[in-house]
Formats: sequence, structure tokens, C-alpha cells
Amino acid sequence: MSLFTQPIGLTHYLVVGAILFAAGVVCMVTKRNAIGVLMGIELVLNGANLNFVAFANPALRADPGRAVAWMDGHMIALFVIVLAAAEAAVALAIVLSFYHNHASVDVDEADELKG
Amino acid sequence: MNPINWHSCFFLLAAAVACAAALGVVASKNVVRMAVFLLHALGAVAGLFFLAGADFVGAMQLMIYVGGTLVLIAFGVMLTARRPFLSMDTKLAQWIAGTLVGGCLLAVLLRSALSVDDWAGPVSAAPRAQAEDLATAAPLGMGMLGVRVDRLDEPEAARREGMSGYLLPFEIISVHLLVVLIGAAYLARSTRPGEARLRENVEDKINAG
Repeated sequence: MSLFTQPIGLTHYLVVGAILFAAGVVCMVTKRNAIGVLMGIELVLNGANLNFVAFANPALRADPGRAVAWMDGHMIALFVIVLAAAEAAVALAIVLSFYHNHASVDVDEADELKG
Repeated sequence: MNPINWHSCFFLLAAAVACAAALGVVASKNVVRMAVFLLHALGAVAGLFFLAGADFVGAMQLMIYVGGTLVLIAFGVMLTARRPFLSMDTKLAQWIAGTLVGGCLLAVLLRSALSVDDWAGPVSAAPRAQAEDLATAAPLGMGMLGVRVDRLDEPEAARREGMSGYLLPFEIISVHLLVVLIGAAYLARSTRPGEARLRENVEDKINAG
């Protein structure tokens, strides 16, 4: 099988990143549990991160001369990881606060600000 | 018959685990199972980072994401996993609409990912990565201090000044983390005026469901 004998290219990483991203988006829009929505966001961020890291590697391209500096991709991936941790902390605090006040984690019940 | 490319094999293994676990997060109804699937997906993505030559980012993915964020989510699951919220059903119409949107998005992304020839991969099977390319921690640390050691040989002085490292984003993100931690601690504090009402509501829901 050529998939096992050929070297891996940027396209393979992009396909995996696209699947993670789409799965995260579907997770975000279909889950009713607020923590499930949070997990969808984590999947989306990971799919994007995978693309940043893959684009930073010149060995994955047919023409390595067209690659950009590798450090930018890695640095942005690191910042995304740290920001995801911060975002998860705040989102979880909001979910717990909502749970304390409403005894529910159903996102459909958070409709008091409706105009 | 070409010899087997082990880099590709391990990539396919990690990619299969990541995609299967991501689909498991979507398909699973139980929130505890979703957390376990997410653990596998994030671990497999860390493996993909290692295979892409990003050893420091992969290690940070394991330490911060799998070791930190996922523990946070597991605590959230444990603190809110009462019987009515353990598994919540989604309406069929919402499933159809969500899958339609996600499928269209996936089609667009795959179409653009497969459309560029330069991204199809290296022409020769010979591994191009050198041993010194694989140590990224020290250059990344210098980059956060404001020195781009990977671009010291840039001939144009004007472009060299534009690549002045990541000291300012690093400082901003540090302060941001501090603010976020204080805000999260303030939001999630446990003594609240509605505490008694909460217990009544929870017990009502448990008795009803």
C-alpha cells in the first residue's frame, strides 16, 4: 500500500486537522451539556494547532524552500495551548456558577438574557 | 516494492486514534465517556506533534492539555454529573442540522487541503530531518526572551528587525493568565446566597428523573 511506503506530506496533517475541526464544530452545536460544548472547543483548537505545527515543518513539503520560519508556527501553537487552558478555566467557572444558581448544566436553560 | 516507511506508519496510527476519538466525542452521549475519548484524542494529537518534529510543543500538549485542562474538565464532569445531566439527548432535527453544517465545513476544508501540489509531501522517501532540527526547546525559549536564534543569518537588516521575537506576547499572555486565574477563582467560589435553593432544585430534579 502506498500509504505505508510513501513519506507523509502536509496534506495528511491537514486532513487530520480538518476532521478534528469538523468533529469539534459538530460537538459544539449538538451537545446540550455545557461541558460537552467545552470539549468541542478543545477539539477545534487542537485541529487548528495541528495545522500550525504541520506548516512549520519544511520537511513535509515538496519544495522545502517555500517554507516559512519554523519558530512562528510552534510559538503560536504554544500560545494557543496556554490560552485554551485559560479559556477552559473560565468556562468551567461559569458553568459551575450557572450550576450553583440554576441546578442545571443544560445550555438551553441559559435563556434569561433573551431580549 | 518499497520498504515500509515507519514514520508514515506511526503517523497513520496516531491519526487514526485521533480521528476515531474525535468522532467518539461527537457520537457519545455520556459525558464521562466523552471526557475519556477527548483524553485519547489529545494524546494522539501530541503524538502527531512529535512526528511533525515539534518535540517541545508535543511535550507541552501532554503537560498542559492532557495533564491540566483535561483534569479541569474531569473535575467539571464530576462536580456536575448528577443523574439528569449524565447523558442528555439531542433532538434529531438538531443532529441533522449540526451534521450538515459540519459535513459542509469538512468538505470545504478537505477540498482546500488536497488542492495544492506543494503540500502533497516530499518527492523522495529519504528523511530530510537532521538531528539538530529536532531540538526545538532552546530556540523557543530564546524566542520568548526576544531573540530569534533561527533567523540570525537573515541578510536584510529591515527584515531582521521585523522578527524581533515573542517577548511582548509572552508578557501579555502571562498577565492574561493571572487575570484569568483570579477571575475564575472569583466566579467559582462556593458560598452563594442561592445555595439553599440550589439544593432544593437538585433534589427535586433527582426525585423527578
